[in-house]
Amino acid sequence: MRDLLSSYRIEARLAVVLALICVGLSIAAPQFATLPNATSLLNNSAVNLIWAVGLLVVLIAGGIDISFAVASSVVQYVAAKMLMGIGGGNWVLGFLFCGCLGILLGLLNAWLIHGFRIISIVVTIATFNAFFGLLMFFSGGRNIYSLPDWWTARIFIFEHENAQGVWSELTLSVAVMIACVVATWALIRRTNIGRQLYAFGDNPEGARRAGVNIAVMQGVAFGWMGLMAGIAGLCQVNIVKEVVPNALYGRELDVLAAVVLGGARLGGGKGTILGCVLGVMFVAITQNGLNLLGVSPFAFQMIIGAAILIAISTSNIDLSQILRKTETRQ
Amino acid sequence: MTALTKHMARLKSGPAGENTGLLLMLAVLVMAFSLASPRFLTGANLGSMGFQMPLLGLLTLAMLAPIISGGLNLAIVYTANICGLTLAWTLMQFGGAEAGIGAFLLGGALAVIVGVIAGAIMGAVIAYVGAHPILVSLAMMIFLRGLGEFLTRGGDISGFPEYMRVLGHGTVAGVPVPLILFAVIAFGWHVLLRRTPHGFSVYMTGSNLKATEYAGLNAKRTLVLIYALSGLLCAIAGILMAARFNSVRVGHGEAMLLITVLACFLGGIDPFGGHGRVFPVIIALVILQVLSSGLNLIGANQHLATAVWGLFLIAVMVLRSDQLRLLGKLFFRKDN
Amino acid sequence: MTTAPAERFALRLHKVSKAFGGVQALNAVDFEVRAGEVHCLAGENGCGKSTLIKVVTGVHRPESADLIELFGQPVDRITPVQAREMGVSVIWQDLALFPHMSVAENIAFDDLVGLRPRSVRYGQMKARAAEVLDRLGVRMDLAAPLHSLPIAQRQVVAIARALMNDARLIFMDEPTASLTQSETDRLLDIVRKLSAEGVAIVFVSHRLAEVLEIAERVTVVRDGNLVGVYPTQGMTQARLGELMTGHLIENQVSARDLPDAPVAFQAKGLSRHGEFSDINLTIKAGEVVGLTGLIGAGRTELAHVMMGMRRADSGQMTLNGATYRPTSARAAIEQGMAYVSEDRLSLGLLQKQSIADNTVISVLRKLTTAAGLISETRKADLVAHWIKQMGVKIGLPQDAISTLSGGNQQKVVLAKWLATAPRLLILDSPTVGVDVGARAGIFRIVRQLAEDGLAILLISDEVTEVMHHADRIMHMADGRIVQEYDPRRITVPQLEERIYA
Repeated sequence: MRDLLSSYRIEARLAVVLALICVGLSIAAPQFATLPNATSLLNNSAVNLIWAVGLLVVLIAGGIDISFAVASSVVQYVAAKMLMGIGGGNWVLGFLFCGCLGILLGLLNAWLIHGFRIISIVVTIATFNAFFGLLMFFSGGRNIYSLPDWWTARIFIFEHENAQGVWSELTLSVAVMIACVVATWALIRRTNIGRQLYAFGDNPEGARRAGVNIAVMQGVAFGWMGLMAGIAGLCQVNIVKEVVPNALYGRELDVLAAVVLGGARLGGGKGTILGCVLGVMFVAITQNGLNLLGVSPFAFQMIIGAAILIAISTSNIDLSQILRKTETRQ
Repeated sequence: MTALTKHMARLKSGPAGENTGLLLMLAVLVMAFSLASPRFLTGANLGSMGFQMPLLGLLTLAMLAPIISGGLNLAIVYTANICGLTLAWTLMQFGGAEAGIGAFLLGGALAVIVGVIAGAIMGAVIAYVGAHPILVSLAMMIFLRGLGEFLTRGGDISGFPEYMRVLGHGTVAGVPVPLILFAVIAFGWHVLLRRTPHGFSVYMTGSNLKATEYAGLNAKRTLVLIYALSGLLCAIAGILMAARFNSVRVGHGEAMLLITVLACFLGGIDPFGGHGRVFPVIIALVILQVLSSGLNLIGANQHLATAVWGLFLIAVMVLRSDQLRLLGKLFFRKDN
Repeated sequence: MTTAPAERFALRLHKVSKAFGGVQALNAVDFEVRAGEVHCLAGENGCGKSTLIKVVTGVHRPESADLIELFGQPVDRITPVQAREMGVSVIWQDLALFPHMSVAENIAFDDLVGLRPRSVRYGQMKARAAEVLDRLGVRMDLAAPLHSLPIAQRQVVAIARALMNDARLIFMDEPTASLTQSETDRLLDIVRKLSAEGVAIVFVSHRLAEVLEIAERVTVVRDGNLVGVYPTQGMTQARLGELMTGHLIENQVSARDLPDAPVAFQAKGLSRHGEFSDINLTIKAGEVVGLTGLIGAGRTELAHVMMGMRRADSGQMTLNGATYRPTSARAAIEQGMAYVSEDRLSLGLLQKQSIADNTVISVLRKLTTAAGLISETRKADLVAHWIKQMGVKIGLPQDAISTLSGGNQQKVVLAKWLATAPRLLILDSPTVGVDVGARAGIFRIVRQLAEDGLAILLISDEVTEVMHHADRIMHMADGRIVQEYDPRRITVPQLEERIYA
């Protein structure tokens, strides 16, 4: 147990803090611990979580990606044009198109990073600007409203009406999100490819000497991120029912903060699915709770920023060390 | 022959080579655009470039020093916004458009104090907690953005005294005032980084914090100081922004954040810290400005310019990469 | 264990040559390792040792070779995968392990390599890792992340990983460079055990004492040429050093008496909880005091307190007669202390920065003009002065320090500290990763500094080093100074016996 705590220290801390917040909110805001609220929380977090698990894989492999959110926008736009072009398509084609386009954009990043040995932050900041600029240029910043019916249809995987007549629903995005989380967990935890990703992020030279194929590792990491970005783009359209070219711009840094908060190490080799999900949910639940408590929506971001700052500032403080210090002083 | 290649290699790898390469690109771009558009090399265009560049320039300098120290400051734009807000609030207390120069000076001083405090807090958390600069500055960014939105309720504050126009739109002997301000600050920044013991310490801390401490330099204080100074530059940028737009809104200039990082990398700053100079970054800034103004003149919009900036950075990094040099060597050998 | 006649040799190389650019890294070198033998490959940095290892493991392809034979089978061309499959493993000095992964996963990592997707069976992985550790007679927490282990145990993990691949020939590159003597002894026990099981081990080491202790035969390489193969029986350190460098290295006791010299540094009853206690230490001006002992003895911790990096709980220090209570490394340096760290790569120097910047880093104040700016001319003068003074071989002062050899880097470290005009110089394991030849150069400088009146504290694991270069030897054990020796009244074996008893 102690070992488990020491190797998953950040996750354990975050879980405890999150549990305390949930207990506090359940007492302070009666609506918090209700089924409708829980389902809407999940619905609203689905896209962020899909991005987050993709970003986690890149971080584990020692990289960073700034371009994924605008990549999702690019995928949405291109897929919408292509699908309308072939007469509408269906869900299968939608996943296929969005997934492949996303992977393509991810592999472009991987190729620049590996092929020319440019570090990932430089490449993805460049592709971030290139993707976004080109998208805005070609779309003229115009939204697409005429989308295939299947894409904008509301699909529920769970419905429930309580005694007061309030509906609780889980959308398709939640199912997709759960599939992405499980698939990413299986990749990084249960396959040899995933373990090689950890090793590569942890000690690239050591991995290379052990015979790990570095090019493939970069391709897998950024390709997976791209796949997640493509799927997230698809889901986001299903939620908002239109394609807005600049809707996702700027979301990348918030997701990055949440994933790193969840214990993924900038620099590679460390990070878990559990921490990643906890990090995203920490931000989502805090925001949801503030909303229910009647705090002004303008204050949400400020409080979340302060919470993250406090979390980082206290993350290195070890209680046992403080105890020892006070002992020796006496 | 080998002496020549050695010389070339040094030129390529050394800072002097970096400058020549960038200057060469700049010359090519200027030539291309003046051929493409007769309006490119006119006073009006150069003037408007001179007004546009300093804002991005100041923020880039604010990004540059933390990168050299081995970190990153993702909070620059919102620090600038909050500082602008501080100035605007002070001016409003003294009657808005009727506020005297004293009010402006007081507001400017308060803005600088706010910027320095925001920077110093980040520096302290990075130095003394050992948290990753990306995470710390990201959290600060989210906090400041939220604070600004909370204070302004998403709206903007406008209506500043007339004399602030001089700062944002005035010229001295035909040179835009913002450009003069930028030139002075850039020179000061260069001197600070390259010639003072503090600057020396920034480079050392950026390459190895622990070893710097072992050598007897106060690396942690260096970090706090450099982030505080970065905050100070943000404050100046925030004041300039208020003067140029005659309004303050949280989110103004948001798009510049990642462009400043792009400019730093284009200027040859080591992303891992420890190496980088002010001058090549300024050339990089001029290149970006030329690209955007030039494209504008031939009928493209800012979005295409943004895309071209990104593609340009990729092209430059590819040209700089060792892989390409190896390839070049291979061809060179075959020729022999 | 019986070996077939054809397998009398684990490895045979005849007339192997390899050049890089115009430099002949290996020139028709012969190299043979018998099955189950502990063999030492000795030579200075850049002599061709690493190239030889890389040829055997398939990293480099030799230009020409009359014979390459592994375990009795002639091989045309070795690839890294083939080498590993045939049972050749290399444990590089940096170990090439994965700090954030578990011990079990590090040991079994090579099973995971490859692009064919397959699922990971953690239970099986743990069982196999435990089996290998059992074979080595070592117990370890298999779930612990590697970075939580001390370096000596990580070394064991690296060995276990090699055995996991059924290695029958293991190259160990400087395995003991960062181990203390007791840890080294434990490692050497493991090496003997493997050798008894028929695993051939090639030991690459700078530490001549342990080379002679562990190996049966030693192959000496110098400047890409084979010098010869010698049995270690009857070989002395001095003779081996001579073979490696090509010239005689004088190593004699050089202790002196300094009855009239003033006291430079004194510590009385210095203690720090859990690290050391009741340390009384006097160092006179011009004196070299050797401090030796096992790890955990508290040597480096004592040096850190002397340098103000940690505070003592109790006790007093005086420096040149005045009370000395440093609160930081900066304060200590200002008062005349200098500390050559044992970790040159990550603490002693800034590897990314230039030779010039590394030289002046601790004396910026001397270079600063009234306006608060660093004077470029004064800086250049200072650097030129010390480069010359120390005899550092460099290209340009602007070149990165990482372009220099270990010995030259260490000279820059010395230059950096001497530029501060210190009163007391602490040398913490100053010859780690430094060639035998270059060591002599460093100790010549140390000797000259002492003659000029500098007080020096020489901390070292290597008994011969303190015997030959110190005026007095302090033996530290379990955080206390247990005994003082005069190098002239004791021999190396006697001292070793008392320390390792």
